Amino acid sequence: MLEAFNFRVILEYMPLYLQCFLATLWLSALSLLGALLVGIIACTMRLSKSRVVSSISGVYIESIRSTPLLAQLYFFYFGLPSIGIMLPEWVTGVFALTLNSGAYYAEIVRSGIQAIPSGQIEAGIASGLNYFQRMRYIILPQALGMTIRPMLGQAIVLVKDSSLLSLISIMELTRAGQLLTSDRFMPAEGFLTTAAFYLIIYYMLKGFSSWSEKRLIFREAH
Amino acid sequence: MWGFYFNELIRSLPFFIKGLWMTVAVSGLSLIMGTIIGFIWGILRASRNKILRSLIGAWVDLIRGTPFLVQVFIVFFILPGIGIELEAFPAAVIALTNLAACFICEIVAGGILAVSSGQREAATASGLSAYQQLRHIILPQAMRTILPPLVGQYVLLVKDSSVVSAIGVVDVTRVGWLTVQRIPEGIMVFGLVGILYFIVCYPLINLSNILERRMTVGATRL
Repeated sequence: MLEAFNFRVILEYMPLYLQCFLATLWLSALSLLGALLVGIIACTMRLSKSRVVSSISGVYIESIRSTPLLAQLYFFYFGLPSIGIMLPEWVTGVFALTLNSGAYYAEIVRSGIQAIPSGQIEAGIASGLNYFQRMRYIILPQALGMTIRPMLGQAIVLVKDSSLLSLISIMELTRAGQLLTSDRFMPAEGFLTTAAFYLIIYYMLKGFSSWSEKRLIFREAH
Repeated sequence: MWGFYFNELIRSLPFFIKGLWMTVAVSGLSLIMGTIIGFIWGILRASRNKILRSLIGAWVDLIRGTPFLVQVFIVFFILPGIGIELEAFPAAVIALTNLAACFICEIVAGGILAVSSGQREAATASGLSAYQQLRHIILPQAMRTILPPLVGQYVLLVKDSSVVSAIGVVDVTRVGWLTVQRIPEGIMVFGLVGILYFIVCYPLINLSNILERRMTVGATRL
């Protein structure tokens, strides 16, 4: 198989791959930022004392978590134009990715906050710390330490999920592989190169994940 | 127009049910085979054999580091190039089985390693063979840690099965995609697709939550 492997074509397509690699990076980065924001808001709403607010967020989180991203992507891709909202494909894609990962981030943040025993918060109040001081010195350092790994894990999932954007014809890594397959009929070269680029991102994030675990030593809450 | 399309959609309901059946068939088959293979790999991964351990670890990393869509394309487009001709359905089952096996392998290995080494030493001291240790001492205790994430993983895999629609397997997502060409109401069509996935996934999510609660209660009682 290896002698049939055409490295020259890969070199020829390398500029396209690099361009698509960058596209994947920034599409994911944008969605990641959005997802963190949505996740924190959704989590705050979920923990709210108001029943209505809490259940709105609950419905959002549960419906995202029990349906596939691809169905959500098509929902927005075909659904938004049918109610008269025309968006460029990449905006629809980032929007769907953001909403999808946002629900998972909401759950991650919630598990981090709820893992802190209420006694610590009470002790903080008793010592006269105000809300922000309690957040800054008691809750966040521990919550962050506990959730940094699942958060990076979700970031890896997000980068991989961005491959689905190729199905609504956004130019990114997987799309480059598809192009090489349809232009030259070289699926092996096309998709293995695509896979290699994804692996670069994966190993970087994974390395960062284990580094953060070693460096950012947060003691667990119990 | 809405009412007309709604009636149309109701009339194509049998088509959707067929698609749902395909989703259940692809993911059910892959889950069963993936669980068996995943347990075998997981047990080997937690074993003392260094070569096997790192071989499986490297494979799992490759699979976890690349998007499932790319894996599906590789199985579907590249395997024929080395003489393995596959229809869409078996290609989908192979790709999903492999994915399931990799994720389950990590869960199983983690569960086995979480059993305290004293248990194994005591079992060795009592003269149990390696198989007896695994069967009567290690696995029953490891199941407590394995079961909740295992069911959670099943939910993820059912959702991942939507990706195989990209190679033309007529599952629910594909049916939605085909229907939306005829009934241009994206929200309605993919709303229905979402509901169908919800019906399959929601009970599994609840089961996972119940298991998690049960297992932690059981563990504290020990």
